[in-house]
Amino acid sequence: MATNKLQVAIYWGAACGGCDVAVLDTNEFILDLAAAADIRFWPIAVDGKYSDVEAMADGELDLALFNGAVRNSENEHVAKLLRKKSKVLVALGSCAHMGGIPGLANLATKEEILLTAYLANPSVEPGNQTIPQARTAIDGMTLEIPYFFKRVFRLADVVDVDYFLPGCPPAPVQIRNVLLAVVKGELPPRGSVVGASDRALCDDCPRTKSEKKLKAFHRPYEIVQDPTRCLLEQGILCMGPATRSGCGVRCPNSNQGCRGCYGPLPGVTDQGAKFLSALASIIDSKDPKEIDEILAGLPDFIGLAYRFGLPASTLQRSYR
Amino acid sequence: MARTITIDPITRLEGHGKVEIFLDDRGAVQDCFFQIPELRGFERFVVGRPIEELPRIVTRICGVCPASHHMASAKAVDGCFGNQVAPLAHKLRDMYYHAHYIHSHIAHFYALAAPDFVLGPDADPAVRNILGVVAKVGLEIGGKVIRARALAQEIQQILGGRFTHLVWCLPGGVSKGLTAGELEQIKPMVAELASFTTFSLQLFRDVVLGNPGYVDLILHGPYTLDVHNMGLVDADNAPNFYDGQVRVVDYEGREICRYEAKDYAQHVAEHVEPWTYLKFPYLKQRGWKGFKEGPDSSLYCATPLSRLNVADRMATPRAQEAFEEMYATLGGHPCKALLACHWARLVEMVQNAEMLERYCADPEITGTQYRVIPDRVTGEGVGIVEAMRGTLTHHYTCDANAICTSANLIVGTTNNNAPIQMVTKKVAQALIQPGKEPDNGILNMVEMAFRAFDPCYSCATHYLPGQMPLTVAIHKNGSLWRELRR
Amino acid sequence: MSFEPKIVGFLCNWCSYTGADLAGTSRIQYPPNINIIRVMCSARVEPDFVLRALAGGADGVLICGCHPGDCHYSEGNYKAMRRYPLLKTLLKEYGVDNDRVRLEWVSASEGQRFADIVTDMTERVRALGPLRLKTDLQTDRVER
Ligand code: SF4
Ligand code: SF4
Ligand code: SF4
Ligand code: FES
Repeated sequence: MATNKLQVAIYWGAACGGCDVAVLDTNEFILDLAAAADIRFWPIAVDGKYSDVEAMADGELDLALFNGAVRNSENEHVAKLLRKKSKVLVALGSCAHMGGIPGLANLATKEEILLTAYLANPSVEPGNQTIPQARTAIDGMTLEIPYFFKRVFRLADVVDVDYFLPGCPPAPVQIRNVLLAVVKGELPPRGSVVGASDRALCDDCPRTKSEKKLKAFHRPYEIVQDPTRCLLEQGILCMGPATRSGCGVRCPNSNQGCRGCYGPLPGVTDQGAKFLSALASIIDSKDPKEIDEILAGLPDFIGLAYRFGLPASTLQRSYR
Repeated sequence: MARTITIDPITRLEGHGKVEIFLDDRGAVQDCFFQIPELRGFERFVVGRPIEELPRIVTRICGVCPASHHMASAKAVDGCFGNQVAPLAHKLRDMYYHAHYIHSHIAHFYALAAPDFVLGPDADPAVRNILGVVAKVGLEIGGKVIRARALAQEIQQILGGRFTHLVWCLPGGVSKGLTAGELEQIKPMVAELASFTTFSLQLFRDVVLGNPGYVDLILHGPYTLDVHNMGLVDADNAPNFYDGQVRVVDYEGREICRYEAKDYAQHVAEHVEPWTYLKFPYLKQRGWKGFKEGPDSSLYCATPLSRLNVADRMATPRAQEAFEEMYATLGGHPCKALLACHWARLVEMVQNAEMLERYCADPEITGTQYRVIPDRVTGEGVGIVEAMRGTLTHHYTCDANAICTSANLIVGTTNNNAPIQMVTKKVAQALIQPGKEPDNGILNMVEMAFRAFDPCYSCATHYLPGQMPLTVAIHKNGSLWRELRR
Repeated sequence: MSFEPKIVGFLCNWCSYTGADLAGTSRIQYPPNINIIRVMCSARVEPDFVLRALAGGADGVLICGCHPGDCHYSEGNYKAMRRYPLLKTLLKEYGVDNDRVRLEWVSASEGQRFADIVTDMTERVRALGPLRLKTDLQTDRVER
């Protein structure tokens, strides 16, 4: 293809579509992008030609943005295909970066998930005994669907990833900045997190902060949050201290605690363990019994501390 | 004659949406399957989470209509706390939801549906996209569309603090209210959106209705099904997106049932087939009768058109005019022409904009009583809203400590799973006949059918609306004969 | 073949490591299953160290620091004290038995106490059997 325009593909695995909407949310910039790049493949907005991707030469794409986690054999297949065809592969969004919310499925087994969806739920057809199968034969016809993996993986578990662009979804302005950097050839070293800050969310949070000392945690349904004071100081869980900034402090600005979608701070591998330390340091007690009482107000720590990144954590899944 | 069909198990796993067509000895369509290859398991992994966290987890079922899941979830969670909710919060949520509808309908109509109508179904696929539409209608209109969608997003941002994956609803209300200053910011945006909805209807008149070929395609193409309709209505039988009762009417307009959210499980059940991860909802009291049309069918659609089909009127005056014009043109109410969904979407958008205007003029909207603290955990709740792509049901239970113990979700697109199967088969049968070579035309035909539903497999499993990569495999005499892809 | 647990011990330099040393020099018998890592303070033991030890093949982790009030850095062991219950909660949610991770205060003079803790812990972990997180993590990838 005789063009010096950037060749781009945008694709997904186990994703919600929010990352694609975030690309659309760059609004007018989409038109600039279309002028500077050939969007070779982007199913949400451009007529997708799947066979074209397979027909491409290796490395023909300058840039592939992959969003979504790796949940089944098809996701893995597409990830490998795009890796082969692209010079730069970016994990776009929390799912590709760390497993995302679909990664919470690593707290359950594959069997539990299938049983819940197809046998146990109250609206399932009475008497149903059927669970979808990778392969089904009916009247001599054979049908196949992808194989459901036993757990969720992040993109980097199945292919080499060049850059990670965090967020659920990434802030549109960050996507824009990263795309501009690609166009200008101003990318940092491979393996970097891009489109985010190196500071903690707390550093950018406009709420008033004083010394953090807690005697009790509160569930969000129990109190009305003060919209101006640090949430954590009010006993409302907020992952700001253990989360990279870059989202525009979205959740605290909605008067809710952060859940960590931008991932761990530079140098930290396990975001949940880091959050654990941060919380421990603000509990105002030196008495083991009292500490236990304070912590009793904090259920489901694992589902909170790894809301967006269980597959990227040190232990990756539950072993129950 | 016994026939065995073998397909190499490893090579057939790529492609997202997958249609499998089987031909008999004569080369006629024996059967046809539209398969959905994914499942993410939200119903299981929300178990064990604090119930008030669910509205901010389930948004990730779909990034195209996250507010639908957020609202349905919030209402189900409210139910778990005995439905103690600040009345103002319901207003604010409804207001937000109208802005969300406008964003989604603009994205669908202009980015996904318009390419077919504006550029024509025969246009080169390389230009048959939103950029092609912009090139054809001019940058000015293109810019207008982009701006209108951005405004709808901006209104959500101001109201709820963020748009995609909002974190706003809490048991008993919302986390932040609307200040007088914010309302002043929103007002001119609403005015602009209101005129945009009028503009969109006019565009539809000019481009689509002005072309007799399209009208003929809508009314007389293979895109009709004799299945029933589902949608939420208010006490006057006008469409309500955030709240109301579910009403089901047959394709001739007779009411089949009408129910409150909490009774959903008496009325809807889901059939499971082993060859797809997506379930097939049906009217439970009629029982599963297979993929059958007709008066006894237990199947229904839940689309923008279905919502207008179950309604007797619109809730606002300009929308009412648009509603009357639509049905007059289509030959009466209700209507079975699936492609009219696109038009119904624009009619709904008029009501959305008028409702936003109404809220902007409501002196109570900037109040501060947007949250009550519930004083008890009652343990069970069902929340139903109209997602853009169909009736959405969330049903939760929790324990005394407000930890989720079960979750059941019937999402928008899933409702339409059986009708999509059926229309796909209809199109295949119309196109593939003995002795006729199928070509890529079948892709367009199939695509137009399912695009009318705007199926969002993001919701249903995760797939994106519209132009999903599609594989059509045609099997003949026991082996793969043709494969069409894009 | 009987199972020999692998236990990683993070011992604070100022009290517990000296205590363990004393156990050695006093020739107090305790099981050889513990692999000791010296850290400057119990507060230095990031929760992720424990997770990494388990993911890397350890069957149990022992953290030892100075008695409350005696930390060389005055408040370090309180930090450890506050982290510990949260870490236990987390491990339980991961499906890792709480007997596999333990926080104890051992002073420089408590050689015997150190030996008793290691003996007790080794027996408890032996009773629980191998943890196998490392194997599980590896097979997950292969089996998908
Ligand atoms: S990162 Fe968030 S927005 Fe992106 S696909 Fe995953 S869930 Fe959706
Ligand atoms: S803990 Fe949360 S609310 Fe407090 S400063 Fe950090 S980000 Fe802001
Ligand atoms: S506040 Fe936290 S959870 Fe919310 S968007 Fe920002 S990083 Fe993500
Ligand atoms: S120095 Fe021993 S615990 Fe801090």
